[in-house]
Amino acid sequence: MHNHGSVSIWFFIGALLTTYGVIITAAGIHELSSPPANPPVLSSLHAGIWWGAVLLVIGLIYFVRFFPRKK
Amino acid sequence: MPLNGPAQLPSLFAAVTPSEKLLSLSPVDIAIIVLYFAMVLGIGWYLKRFTKTGEDFFLAGRDMTAWIAGLSFVAANLGALELMGWAASAYQYGILATHWYWIGAIPAMLFLGIVMMPFYYISKTHSVPGYLQLRFGESARGLSAICFAIMTILMSGINMYSMALVMKIILGWDIHFSIWVSSLTVAVYVVMGGLLSAIFNEVLQFFLIWLGALLISIIGLTETGGWHGMVQRIVERFPGQDFTHLWAGLGSFTSNPMGIQWTGIVFGLGFVISFGYWTTDFLVVQRVLSARDLRSAKMAPIIGSAFKMAVPFIVILPGLLGLAVLPERLVGESQAGPGVHTYNEVLPLMLARYCGPGLLGLGITALIAGFMSGMAGNVSAFATVWTYDIYRAFIRKEASDKHYVDMGRWCTILGVLVSIGTAYLVMQFLSIMDYVQALFSIFIAPLFGTVLLGMLWKRATPAAGFWGLLAGTLSSIAMFLWVEVDHSALRFIALSSHAKDMAENMYRALWSWIICVVVTVLVSVMTKPKPETELAGLVYGATEVPSDGHLPLYQRPIFWAGVVFAVFIILNIIFW
Repeated sequence: MHNHGSVSIWFFIGALLTTYGVIITAAGIHELSSPPANPPVLSSLHAGIWWGAVLLVIGLIYFVRFFPRKK
Repeated sequence: MPLNGPAQLPSLFAAVTPSEKLLSLSPVDIAIIVLYFAMVLGIGWYLKRFTKTGEDFFLAGRDMTAWIAGLSFVAANLGALELMGWAASAYQYGILATHWYWIGAIPAMLFLGIVMMPFYYISKTHSVPGYLQLRFGESARGLSAICFAIMTILMSGINMYSMALVMKIILGWDIHFSIWVSSLTVAVYVVMGGLLSAIFNEVLQFFLIWLGALLISIIGLTETGGWHGMVQRIVERFPGQDFTHLWAGLGSFTSNPMGIQWTGIVFGLGFVISFGYWTTDFLVVQRVLSARDLRSAKMAPIIGSAFKMAVPFIVILPGLLGLAVLPERLVGESQAGPGVHTYNEVLPLMLARYCGPGLLGLGITALIAGFMSGMAGNVSAFATVWTYDIYRAFIRKEASDKHYVDMGRWCTILGVLVSIGTAYLVMQFLSIMDYVQALFSIFIAPLFGTVLLGMLWKRATPAAGFWGLLAGTLSSIAMFLWVEVDHSALRFIALSSHAKDMAENMYRALWSWIICVVVTVLVSVMTKPKPETELAGLVYGATEVPSDGHLPLYQRPIFWAGVVFAVFIILNIIFW
C-alpha cells in the first residue's frame, strides 16, 4: 500500500478485475444461447463463465477489502 | 535470442510480411481493451497529485512495500515480447527455455536481495550509475550512465516496433496506430506520476498478464490429459527429439536442439548474464530501490523470484502444449510463407484455439499490458539516469529539485519520442535490431564485474573501476565483431564450432566479465585505493549492515530466500 494517498493500488486492481469478471461472465452466458460460428476447442467447458467468475471473485475481494474509507 | 527480458529480446517477426490476421476481436474484446487503457490513464492522473519532489518522481517516494516493489520488479521484466518470444522458444527448443527463468534468474535475484541490496539501499543511491559514482567516481558513472541511457531507449524503440508488428499480424492493426497509441499512453501516465505511476501500473499489468495467459495452460493441460499426456503426445509427434528434459541433453553441443552445453548454461547464463542483468540493470533494480525500508528492499527480489519461478507455467507451458496439440508444424522465420505459421505465433495460435469472446480480449490485454509495463520500465529508468547521472552530474550541477523533476518529465517525453524514432528506423533497417540487442548484452556482463568487485572488495580503486568496465565492454564488442566478420571465430569464443547464437552470447559474456575482473584487479594493485572511511555504506567489510536476527524466522529475508532456493533445486531435479 502507498501511504501518500487514500486509494490503494489493490483497489484499482479489484475494480478492474470486477468489471472484467462481469463482462466475461456475461459474454460466456450469452454464448450458451448464441454459440459462436467457430467455437474454440473445448468450448464445452464454458471457460468464459467460470474464468469470468474467478476474475469476479478475486476482483470483489480486492475491491471490498481496499475500498477507500475515511478514517 | 531472448534472454531474461529486455536484456536480449527476440527478433520477433523480423522478416514477416503478414498476409492475413490470426484473430478477430468481438465488441466485448474491444471493450476490455478500452477499459484497460482508461484504467492505466486514470491511475496516472490520480497519482499526479502525489508526485511533487524528485524522490517522488524518480523513486516513488521510497515508500513501496516489499510486495509492490517485488511484483513491479518482475512485471518490468515480463514484457509482451518476453511472453511471445519464450513461448516460441519453448516450441522450438522445448523445456530448455525454462533455464532462462530458473537458473538464469532465481540465484541472481536471491543474491541481489540478500547480498547486494544492503549496499544499494544503505548508500541511498538513486541508480546503479549513481552507486558507481559513490564507489569509483565520475568516470565510471559517466561511462555506465551514457551506455545505459542509449541502450535503454534504443531497446524501448525496438520493443515498440516489434509489438506493433505483433499487433498487425495478430489483429491486423495498423502499425502506426499501435506505435503511437500505446507509446503515448505510457508517456502520459509516466509523465504524470513518474515511477510511482509506472510501479502501480506494473502491479496491475502483472495481474492481467497472469489472468490473461494462465487459462491457456489450464485448458491445454485439460485437453492433453495432464503433464504426462502432453509429454506422451510430444514424444509421439516428434520421435527421437528430447523436448521435455532440462539437463539430460546438455552433455554436449550436439545432443540438444539449442546447440549449447551445460557449462554455457551454468557459467555463462546462470552466473554472468543472469547476475549481470538482475543485479545491475537499473530498469529492474530501480523498482527495488523504491522500497520503504531495508527489509522490504531485501524481500522484494525474493518475492519477485518466487513469481519468476512460476512464470514458465504461463510462458513455457503454452509453447510445449503447442508442440502437443497444434495440428500444423510451426517453422522458423526463414521458412515462413503464405498459410505457414512460425514459432513466434504459437502463443496467439493457442489463444485463438481456446479463447472465445471476452477471454480473447483478456489475452490480448495481457500482451498489451506486458508491452506497456516493459516500456514504462525503460522510460522511467531512462528519465532517472539521464536527469541524475548525466544532466545533473555533467550539465547542470546546481538547480532546484523542481527543476530536476521538470527535466524528468520532459525527458520521459523525449525518451518516448526517441523510442518512436528508433521504431521507425528499425522499420527501415531491420539489422539494427540485432546489433542493438547484442550491444545491450555486451554492456551488462562487464558492468556486473565492476559492481561486484566494488561491493565486495575494498581494495578496488576508482581508476580500476573505470578501466575494468571499459576493457570488459570493449573486449565484448571486439568479440562480437570478430564473429560477425569471421564466423569460424566461434570455435575460440564459444569453445566449439558447433555452438549456436545462444552459446556465443553465453561465452562472450563470460569472457568479457573475466577480462573486466582481471583488469580491475591488476589496475587496483597498481593504483591507490580509497581510504576505508570513504567506503562506509558502499563495500562489504566497511559497512555495518543491520541484522535481521531480532525478527522471527518467518519475517527474515534469508529464510524466504532459502525456501525459494530449495523449491528451485527441487524443480530442477523433477524436470531433470
